[in-house]
Amino acid sequence: MKIGVVTFPGSLDDGDAARAARYAGAEAVRLWHADPDLHGVDAVVLPGGFSYGDYLRCGAIARFAPVMETITKAANDGLPVLGICNGFQILCEAHLLPGALTRNQHLHFRNRDQRIQIENTQTAWTRDFTGSQEIVIPVKNGEGCYVGSPELLDQLEADGQIVARYVGENPNGSMRDIAAVRNEAGNVVGIMPHPEHAIDLLTGPSTDGLGFFTSVLKAYAAASVPAPYQPGVVPPAEDAPEEVEA
Amino acid sequence: MTSVELDFDTVGHAVATPAEEQPYAELGLQADEYQRIRQILGRRPTQSELAMYSIMWSEHCSYKSSKVHLKQFVEKKPASDRMLAGIGENAGVIAITDQIAVTFKVESHNHPSYVEPYQGAATGVGGIVRDILAMGARPVAVMDPLRFGAADHPDTARVLPGVVAGVGGYGNCLGLPNIGGEVVFDPSYQGNPLVNALCVGVLPADRLQRKEADGPGNIVVLMGAKTGRDGIGGVSVLASATFDEGSEQRRPSVQVGDPFTEKLLIESCLELYNSDLIVGVQDLGGAGLTCALTETSASAGTGMDIQLEKVPLREPSMTPHEVLASESQERMLLIVEPAKLNAVLGIAQLWGVLATPIGVVTAPDAGESAGRLRITWHGETVVDVPPGSLVDDGPVYARPLKEPNDLPLLQADRAETLPKPTTGDDLRATVLRMVASPNLCDKSWVTEQYDRYVLGNTVLAQPEDAGLIRLDENSGLGIAISLDGNSRYARLDPYAGAQLALAEAYRNVAVTGADPVAVTNCLNFGSPEDPAVMWQFAEAVRGLADGCLELGIPVTGGNVSFYNQTGAAAIHPTPIVGVLGVHQDVTQRVPMGFSQAGDLVYVLGETRNELSGSEWAWVEHEHLGGTPPQVDLAGERRLGDAIAQAAERGLIRTAHDLSDGGLAQALAESCLRKGFGATIELPAEWSAGSQPFVFLFSESTGRALVAVPPGHEMAFTALCEERQIPLTRLGTVADEGAELTVSGQFALPLDELREAWSATLPKLFGSTIASNVVQED
Repeated sequence: MKIGVVTFPGSLDDGDAARAARYAGAEAVRLWHADPDLHGVDAVVLPGGFSYGDYLRCGAIARFAPVMETITKAANDGLPVLGICNGFQILCEAHLLPGALTRNQHLHFRNRDQRIQIENTQTAWTRDFTGSQEIVIPVKNGEGCYVGSPELLDQLEADGQIVARYVGENPNGSMRDIAAVRNEAGNVVGIMPHPEHAIDLLTGPSTDGLGFFTSVLKAYAAASVPAPYQPGVVPPAEDAPEEVEA
Repeated sequence: MTSVELDFDTVGHAVATPAEEQPYAELGLQADEYQRIRQILGRRPTQSELAMYSIMWSEHCSYKSSKVHLKQFVEKKPASDRMLAGIGENAGVIAITDQIAVTFKVESHNHPSYVEPYQGAATGVGGIVRDILAMGARPVAVMDPLRFGAADHPDTARVLPGVVAGVGGYGNCLGLPNIGGEVVFDPSYQGNPLVNALCVGVLPADRLQRKEADGPGNIVVLMGAKTGRDGIGGVSVLASATFDEGSEQRRPSVQVGDPFTEKLLIESCLELYNSDLIVGVQDLGGAGLTCALTETSASAGTGMDIQLEKVPLREPSMTPHEVLASESQERMLLIVEPAKLNAVLGIAQLWGVLATPIGVVTAPDAGESAGRLRITWHGETVVDVPPGSLVDDGPVYARPLKEPNDLPLLQADRAETLPKPTTGDDLRATVLRMVASPNLCDKSWVTEQYDRYVLGNTVLAQPEDAGLIRLDENSGLGIAISLDGNSRYARLDPYAGAQLALAEAYRNVAVTGADPVAVTNCLNFGSPEDPAVMWQFAEAVRGLADGCLELGIPVTGGNVSFYNQTGAAAIHPTPIVGVLGVHQDVTQRVPMGFSQAGDLVYVLGETRNELSGSEWAWVEHEHLGGTPPQVDLAGERRLGDAIAQAAERGLIRTAHDLSDGGLAQALAESCLRKGFGATIELPAEWSAGSQPFVFLFSESTGRALVAVPPGHEMAFTALCEERQIPLTRLGTVADEGAELTVSGQFALPLDELREAWSATLPKLFGSTIASNVVQED
């Protein structure tokens, strides 16, 4: 499986996201903001950083990058897309995800190891977790405060579109402790904390972040089964959550 | 010959008007220095030339007061086959393997950070990153030793949040992990905080870049941000003068940073290096274009013809001397062969960075040994100088030295005679007050504003003893760096103080299991015109040079910051020393936090009754006097070697350096790091009267707290005995969430300890807990 990682001017965690994809067993393909071609990738990660210097508004300029036009179309056709931190901001600006991300309530950039609870495993990026599983991954952002209208938030909760919430201390003031959301189809996920920084115990607080990347590999494998050259194979039951080894 | 209507000064006009009065004193030049410039040029300097000499001959650029002392770092340099570039380059370069080299350096940005905390600190980070970039390296991490006035002083509440946000804002945006540093409070920094910044970078050993502007006919290209009026006179007016009233009016001398442009500049430069497209490169920092043009040409012995009006300007109304003096950030000077110019401009365009040819390298005139730097502005010659005269012929002063008058009295007033706690209850209360004191408390309020994870190679970062970065994912090769300085020790004895800073940084690197190999330093002092300050400086340099020789690790570069004083009050002398070590396999790193109940706890090294200059004396008695702890560099070397060996053989699980706050602080930190308790028995000779207190709070050097997995104690003891390292069994690591117990004295539940330790900075500078989730409409 090929996972594309986009580099915008000012992307910073692109190398880390590519490494996480490799650790999970995928081939990482680097994509360039000015090149609309997705080079045959099977999923895309929009990494953290400060694309275009966060000028105007975080993610507001990146959404107009040539590569984003292609990604937006492909995402609407079901391509798995994960936006991490700045990538989450870009997905909101591109209207691929609902809501918006604003300045942290306490106005400080904050980097710490954060507990979050996975609430929804019906996505391309979280099927390898169990429902209500608690994990620890780093959070680091200055503008990670998720906001939306009460109606929107009610609807997200009703539709199971809240993928993860902060547990314990809310690091940025996000409404209803929201750390990650998905689109209706479940192929597009935005998450504020950084799974790509929790892929081995040498450099991260846990290996919990790998689950996001192994999830998309499994989603890909599941989707690949009914390929034309393997007729007669019955696709597996939809979105059966897989157990994760402790 | 020159039209008199010109609104700028030209060489022709200077020749025609030799008697014109010039504002050299306002620019920071002495009368004899001005005469020397006239002598070099054979005429009065033009306004642009005067600006150039004033900044290049400033203390900050010319090291005119420190040069005579700094040469000891070269004279006493221990033999090292690792040094690829040393003092005099933008940053020292150290070979790690035959293929990989590392470059690192620490610099000050003190005065700008006081005048404008956010931008001052931000551009301090930006400046040191460009130094590292100019050597051909990819920057991989930053660190920041900071000094502020009293923690509860109202002005500290203005300066500290801005500085921290600036360090974070710039470094985070560049995608560089911040892996360590220091936050220290002392009233001596009240009017003059210190903001030092270190950057470390990695490069292929054969890709070292040069600054020489070789090859007449080659093109001089300015790459990066447009030039504006910011930072004019930064090095001369701001960095090379004592603060006084009205210093806030110097805000226009502070540069304004744009980390996004710097990020693009880094990527463009690395692509240029990889494609072998440039002859030379130099960053633009202090003294801006003036410094870059003169240093690149002077080092090659060439000249340049520069058409200054080609420099892209943010302010079209700027005059030539302003363009030359501007310290606008995020700019690099490239020397490019004409055939490769288009490729260079193409790479800049790919990253959206401006790159503009502004002139050519020239050969020396017939009969001359070195070239001339000639600069025109819309066709009129405004500068015609021998570039070497700005770089190498600046004044050198052997300033008078005099031991401070109060030093003998200060040294006689020993802290060892102060009243000490003698009961378990007193000791318990003392531990709680000490861990809550501003210098010993939890610094998460600061460090959580820095990204430590980006790039995915951070193995250890603050509050660990040293930052540890992985260089090679396959072999586990890495580097460890620590920066340390204790200005109270340096005030009591600058020679010993510099060596104690060196010893601590060395020890901090060694306890992670790394092998220390090189040194950088940032020497922060008051006014060199004060003989007492100059004596402190001379002693500190002598101490550091002697210490490096004894430890066998060379000084590879550094920075001097003078004039750190407001009015007559100088800061405590503050030599900050950085040590870099090589870790052969970072998977074998030794962290500081207890992590397994039942591990055996030892203290290595000898504890003496040494409380003078200690954190305890300052916090509990506001006392500073006596002489600092004894320096034993041979002992440090043995200790470092023992820990490295023990780590390699898997004999220790954790190790933590003992320094400020002594054993009590080290125990508290090792317990709190992962939340494990410890049960400690005091050795019999330290169990009566005030002896338990001395054992817990003495700041004797050459010591470390280690945890040994059960079963390894025999091998570990033998290893220490072989190296004649005193070893004292203290007790065992207790369960997760248990207490820190000192038998017969006190027991402290970790929750109570953590509460005391972590509440201090949020109480002073505001909570960063998002207690109020955004209200829904």
